[in-house]
Amino acid sequence: MSDREPLFSSRNIKLLTNPLNVDNPITVQVLGICSALAITVKLEPAVVMAISVMVVLVVSNVVISALRKMIPPRIRIIVQLTVIATMVILVDQVLKAFAYEVSKQLSVFVGLIITNCIIMGRLEAFAMSNRPWTAFLDGIGNSAGYGLILIIVGFLRELFGSGEIWGYPVFEKIGIYNIGYENNGFMILPPMALIIIGVIIWVQRSRTKELIEES
Amino acid sequence: MKSLRKFVDKIKPHFSKGGKFEKLHSTFEAFESFLFVPNRVTTKGAHIRDALDMKRTMIIVVAAAVPALLFGMWNTGYQHNLSIGMEATIWENFVFGFLKVLPIIVVSYVVGLGIEFAVAQIRGHEVNEGFLVSGFLIPLIVPVDVPLWMVALATAFAVIIGKEVFGGTGMNILNPALTARAFLFFAYPGWMSGDTIWIQGLKSGEGVIDGFSGATPLANAAAGLFENLPSTWEMFLGTIPGSIGETSVIAILIGAVILIATGIGSWKIMLSMAAGGLVMGLLFNLIASNPFMEIPAWHHLIMGGFAFGAVFMATDPVTAAQTERGKWIYGFLAGIFAVLIRVINPAYPEGVMLAILLMNVFAPLIDHYVIEANIKKRRLRAKS
Repeated sequence: MSDREPLFSSRNIKLLTNPLNVDNPITVQVLGICSALAITVKLEPAVVMAISVMVVLVVSNVVISALRKMIPPRIRIIVQLTVIATMVILVDQVLKAFAYEVSKQLSVFVGLIITNCIIMGRLEAFAMSNRPWTAFLDGIGNSAGYGLILIIVGFLRELFGSGEIWGYPVFEKIGIYNIGYENNGFMILPPMALIIIGVIIWVQRSRTKELIEES
Repeated sequence: MKSLRKFVDKIKPHFSKGGKFEKLHSTFEAFESFLFVPNRVTTKGAHIRDALDMKRTMIIVVAAAVPALLFGMWNTGYQHNLSIGMEATIWENFVFGFLKVLPIIVVSYVVGLGIEFAVAQIRGHEVNEGFLVSGFLIPLIVPVDVPLWMVALATAFAVIIGKEVFGGTGMNILNPALTARAFLFFAYPGWMSGDTIWIQGLKSGEGVIDGFSGATPLANAAAGLFENLPSTWEMFLGTIPGSIGETSVIAILIGAVILIATGIGSWKIMLSMAAGGLVMGLLFNLIASNPFMEIPAWHHLIMGGFAFGAVFMATDPVTAAQTERGKWIYGFLAGIFAVLIRVINPAYPEGVMLAILLMNVFAPLIDHYVIEANIKKRRLRAKS
């Protein structure tokens, strides 16, 4: 094992930090948009969703990476799906047992983590050809990048759509309803989530030089 | 005039390259060309210039919308006095409406032009004139009681998300004025739909006479209250509740004549949209499974915002179909969808806005197929 590198070599750190910015699964790779639109009406489900995806992605990444030499290439997608589906069912059951209210809000979208392109994408593109430890870091990084966007969108939508942060009525306490402010109903609707993600992409691209495409 | 020219020339060096206010060059440029015809000449390429530049195009559209605005101002006062049971002269009605509508116009222009100027400075563009029209149309398509900060927010949304992110005037996919209205409609439905918001002061309910209904003809028709429907003449004249500038078909027709005579608005779109609405109305007459479907088809053309949408919104040269045959298809489908949404979907009593926005999205596709068909036809002709 001559090529053994330290656990947190600069290459491995990049696996963690790149997905937060220049390689973000939502804003750069434009994956997982569907769930980002559906469950970000409020902050709480967004955070729960982010954690669920993190658990599913990290565990599946590690499992697939450990099995990668045993999986016959022809049926690898089915094997990957089996692992993901197992994890998703586990997460779903845990949510139903310990966070029933949130689980009801998330409804089908927990089950739909199975079809989340980010997870399939990472398994296929990364875990199938890397060691478990790097796959673990990659899973953490990508789900954190996904969760970061989810939380930003969820925060903005809950604040301006319902006037609350994590269920706490901020705007009511400040008292701006009395001077004529009203909640923006458009924020509750999925199209606004798409627009917010678009604006995030806009801000990110104009701040990050390497993302600006040559015209 | 001469002293003005002298003043402009005097401050010009400050705004040119290397001057003190170099960054504000496009702001200066905008005001200079607003006051005087620019002395720029073409240095290469075609030397023919149309006298009808963009500023003049925009000003003609604004002029065409003035009758609708003036009538809207009067109608605002008329409806208000009707609701509180007061007699008022034409002049009193007009002044009342003028004072209510003017702030909306000011807010729409200040916010929209402010953003346009700011963006032009940042990008180093010239300031585009496109907003002159949008800023004038936005007040015409909102209810008079809508809070001003909402108008400001919607205008900002329309200019930034609807226009500037696509590259500014001429690049936008959706009509900016309708984008602003759609934003208001979805964000603050309490101020954009219902029976109490169309007449000034009805929402607060102060001094309103008992049993007065501020429902628009469309709302009445959708609710099946046909006995409350105003007469055809009233709907044509526009003495009905509604958004500020949309009620009077006569005022809108005056605008249509101006637009068609100057060649700025496409008569094909207006005509085909009216035809589309009629055809859909007739189709509903045939189905006639509920009373709303049975109203005379041509009533759809004078109710709600159909006429206004067809004349001022669908004909927007940027977002409409560009090809001549495409214009027929575009307008026809817009008319069909407008009446379809109106009659079928109870959540949206007025479908014109959504229909036109939908067709805006499809306009490039229509153009594409029209052009493809033309290429195919000519290729066949060349072969034979």
